[in-house]
Amino acid sequence: MSLPNAATFSAVQIPVVEASGLGLTFETGDGQVHALSNVGLTIAKGEFVSFIGPSGCGKTTFLRVIADLEQPTAGSIIVNGMSPQEARERRAYGYVFQAAGLFPWRTIERNVALPLEIMGYSKQEVGERIHRTLELVNLIGFEKKYPWQLSGGMQQRASIARALAFDADLLLMDEPFGALDEIVRDHLNEQLLKLWARTEKTICFVTHSIPEAVYLSTKIVVMSPRPGRVTDVIESDLPPERPLDIRESPEFLAIAARVRDGLRAGHSYED
Amino acid sequence: MTDRLSDKLLPVTVLLLGILAAWYVGSYAMNAPFQRDLDRRAGETPSFSQFVVKTMTQPKPTLPAPHQVAQNFFENTFLRKVTSNRSLVYHAGITLSSTLAGFAIGTLLGILIAVGIVHVTALDRSLMPWIITSQTIPILALAPMIIVVLAAVGITGLLPKALISTYLSFFPVAVGMVKGLRSPDVLHLDLMRTYNAGRWETFWKLRLPASVPFLFASMKVAVAASLVGAIVGELPTGAVAGIGAKLLNGSYYSQTIDMFSALVAGSVVAALLVAAVGLVGKLVERGMGGRPA
Repeated sequence: MSLPNAATFSAVQIPVVEASGLGLTFETGDGQVHALSNVGLTIAKGEFVSFIGPSGCGKTTFLRVIADLEQPTAGSIIVNGMSPQEARERRAYGYVFQAAGLFPWRTIERNVALPLEIMGYSKQEVGERIHRTLELVNLIGFEKKYPWQLSGGMQQRASIARALAFDADLLLMDEPFGALDEIVRDHLNEQLLKLWARTEKTICFVTHSIPEAVYLSTKIVVMSPRPGRVTDVIESDLPPERPLDIRESPEFLAIAARVRDGLRAGHSYED
Repeated sequence: MTDRLSDKLLPVTVLLLGILAAWYVGSYAMNAPFQRDLDRRAGETPSFSQFVVKTMTQPKPTLPAPHQVAQNFFENTFLRKVTSNRSLVYHAGITLSSTLAGFAIGTLLGILIAVGIVHVTALDRSLMPWIITSQTIPILALAPMIIVVLAAVGITGLLPKALISTYLSFFPVAVGMVKGLRSPDVLHLDLMRTYNAGRWETFWKLRLPASVPFLFASMKVAVAASLVGAIVGELPTGAVAGIGAKLLNGSYYSQTIDMFSALVAGSVVAALLVAAVGLVGKLVERGMGGRPA
C-alpha cells in the first residue's frame, strides 16, 4: 500500500476545511489577545497537515475553532461544507487532546466505547469497532485494563483508538505526543503514518517539533505569535514511503530549514 | 501511602493508655470532694490508698472511673437480654433505625439538591445560601419544634427522629456532591462536547462517576451527623427509648455511670457506621478501577 503524497492531491481536491480571514480575539483582564489574525487556509481531503509554531501562535486555537470548541470573532470557516457547529453536531471529526483524557473508572475497551455509546451504536457494532480500532493502534490484549495500568504512550494510543472508533473522516490531533519521550514518540510517529495510510483520513496535527512536522506531513503550516498568523505554507515533496532515517536525508533537512526560516520570519526566535 | 495496622497499633495504644491515665486522675480529682464529705459525716478517716479506691467505687460518681464504665457497658451489652429495656443493644438498635432512615433520606435529598444546583443556574444562585443558613440553626432548638409540630399532625415514632437526622445529614452530602459533580477536567468536558453529548449524557457518563469519591467522603460525615440527629431527636419526647433516652434518664436519676455507658455505646455505633460507609466506599472504588493504594 502506498502513502498518498502531495502530487496526488493536485488532481482531486475536496476541501475539508476552508478558512478565510479567520480571526479570534480574546478579551482578557489586561487587554486583548489576538490569538488568530487573518488566517486563510484550505485543507483538502486525505492530506496530513501539521501546524507548527511556538506557544501562543494560535495553532491549538485554530484546531479548536475547527472543532467548534472556540468561536471565531472575525472571518469565516467551513468544515465539510457546513459550519463548525453543524460539523460537531454531526460528529464529523475525532479529537485527540494533549493528555490522553481517558476516564479512570472505565477499562480501555469501555473508554474506546464511550463515543459509540453516546452515538447509539448497537452492542455488536460497538464490540466490533473496539476490536478493530485497538488492533489499529496495537493494543489488543489490554481491553480489560484500566488507564493507570498503562504507560503514557499506550494511554495516548488508546485515546487515538477512541477518536477513530466512529469513523469520522477528519482527525484533529493537538500535540498528542508532546508529553512522551523521544523514543516512544518516534515509534508512535511511524505507527501514525501507517494508520493514516490504512484509513485514508484527513489529519490536522498540531506540534512544536520541527522533525515531527516534516516527517509526518504532506503540508506544513508555519505559524507565529502576537498576533497569531500563518507565516508560511510548505507543500512537502518527500516520498510516500518514509522510514525513520529519512530524517537525515538532504530533502528532509531542506524542508526543515524552510520551516525554521518561516519561524524566524515570524519572529518566533526573538524575545 | 496508607499505614499498615501494625504501624498504627503502637502509637494508638500509647495514646489510649495516656487518655486512660488522665481519666483516672480526673476521676479521683472530681469524686474526691464528695467522698471527703461522706467520710466526714460517717466519721471515717481512711488512708490515702483506701480513699483513692473509694473515689473509684462510688455508686453515683461525678466522673465515673474507666473500669466502672467498662463494667456497666459489658453488663448491659453482653449480659442482658436484647429485648430488655436496660440493654444497650436494644437502645442502640432504636437509635440506629432512625439514624439509618434519616441517613438514607438525607443522602438522597443531598444528591438531588446537588444535581439541581449544578444543572440549573437559578438554583445555584438561590439554593446554596439557604441550605447553609439552615445549618446555622441550633438543632437542639429545632428538634423539639419538629417533634411537636409533627405530633400535632399525628406523625410520631420513627419518622420525626428520622427527619431530624435527615436535616443534619443532607448538608454534607449536598456540598460534597456539588464539588464532585463539578470536578471533571475541562479536557473531559471538551471531549464530551466533541461527541455532541447532551447534558444528561454528560451527567450520567462523566459527572456522576467522577463524583463517587466525593460522595463517599461526605457520606462518612453525614452518617455521623445523622446519629447525632437521632440522639437529639430522642431527647424532647420525654425520652422513652434509644441512646438519647438513656442519656436523659441517666441525668434525671444521677446515674452517671449509665450515662457514660450510653455515651460509649453511641461512640461505638458511630465508629461502626463510619467504618461501614468507608468499607463500602473502598469496594465501590475498587470496582470502578481505582488503583490499590
